[in-house]
Amino acid sequence: MNIDLQTREITPLRQTFAHVARLVGEGKAATRYQEATYGGQPMANFHYRPTWDPAHELFDASRSRIRLADWQALKDPRQFYYATWTMTRARQQEAVEANFQFVESRGLAASMSDTLRTRLLEVLLPLRHVAWGANMNNAAICAYGYGTAFTAPAMFHAMDHLGIAQLITRLALALDEPDVLDTGKRAWLDDACWQDLRRYVEDTFVLQDPVELFVAQNLALDGLLYPLVYGHYVDDHLTLHGGTAAAMLTSFMPEWHDETTRWVDAVVKTMVAAAEPEAAANRELLTQWFRHWAGRATQALAPIAELALGEHGAAALSEVSAALDARAAKLGLAL
Amino acid sequence: MSQVFIAFQANEESRPVVEAIVTDNPEAVVSYPTGLVKIDAPGRLTIRRETIEEQTGRPFDLQQLHVNLVTLSGQIDEDDDQLTLSWNH
Repeated sequence: MNIDLQTREITPLRQTFAHVARLVGEGKAATRYQEATYGGQPMANFHYRPTWDPAHELFDASRSRIRLADWQALKDPRQFYYATWTMTRARQQEAVEANFQFVESRGLAASMSDTLRTRLLEVLLPLRHVAWGANMNNAAICAYGYGTAFTAPAMFHAMDHLGIAQLITRLALALDEPDVLDTGKRAWLDDACWQDLRRYVEDTFVLQDPVELFVAQNLALDGLLYPLVYGHYVDDHLTLHGGTAAAMLTSFMPEWHDETTRWVDAVVKTMVAAAEPEAAANRELLTQWFRHWAGRATQALAPIAELALGEHGAAALSEVSAALDARAAKLGLAL
Repeated sequence: MSQVFIAFQANEESRPVVEAIVTDNPEAVVSYPTGLVKIDAPGRLTIRRETIEEQTGRPFDLQQLHVNLVTLSGQIDEDDDQLTLSWNH
């Protein structure tokens, strides 16, 4: 018997889902990011308003004072959807594990002087609570914001912050005994130098507008805190004084901040650049929010800068503050 | 002028690479033989890391493209930032 093998090419009838094709153009291949993001936001047929907020629909763009004709325009330049985000973070987690192993197997923690280590833990441990606050806030942005393109990365961001809090905890356990965690919490609750920052974090918990919360948390506070603590303090100051081990154990944080800055910037830029007539009002609101929250954050971080860097603290803080202002101006805010 | 070409498996990972090639090489012609993406270009074809990174928004190691690379023709000039096919040597 003869079997005749033939190849036959079957071309797909359509490249992607109809609702994605409407947005990217008929007959064009859509990326996985577009397929995972477009059309994810429930927009109609809500039937009942939530009993906890009868002024709004269950999903309602008017929860924010920012007006956008198209909330799907707030694209994430990293193009993260669940799979790409988890794969990226898994790779980074491997690098972190390797760093911890390197520090532990060579006893590098012991090479740090006691004063340096104590000070490092005094600065970093209360930041676990700041990271937890950032987790809460970004979960709130995800819950009350509008449009999957905006809310999905906010949820990733929330989980990233939880991971950062865990990394700080692990660092503390690698460098000292478990009771430093309690000491850190007591400092967060009682020490005078942390109270401004704690008030900032707690005040953001009750912000109703998801975009204002986004500006207060992701642009203003994180935009100052990460360059100050992980840039100026850990990477510059500590490494010079024999604390390279600490820079290795926190290597994820500055890397993560650089990466997420691109997302935060893209969101603000798109809101400012929205089509007239919304643009002017959006710009004014964002500028006002940024001024208010960046001012408060700078004030709240002043004692932390001094705790970490002593007399050089004020100079470092004004440097990161000027850098953040320049960044905001570049995004189109009217500073 | 002789043609150079490069072909990848047609999948999600190779798509940003193909898009970057089309952006950087206006004369490139893309065809889709079964399961593949084949890009022909007259004389010269360059793949630039930077353009791929613009497409994906993430850092890209040019070595990653070898995972999906099926075949190519042309002499290769490769470094960390670009891979060029040509018949110059």
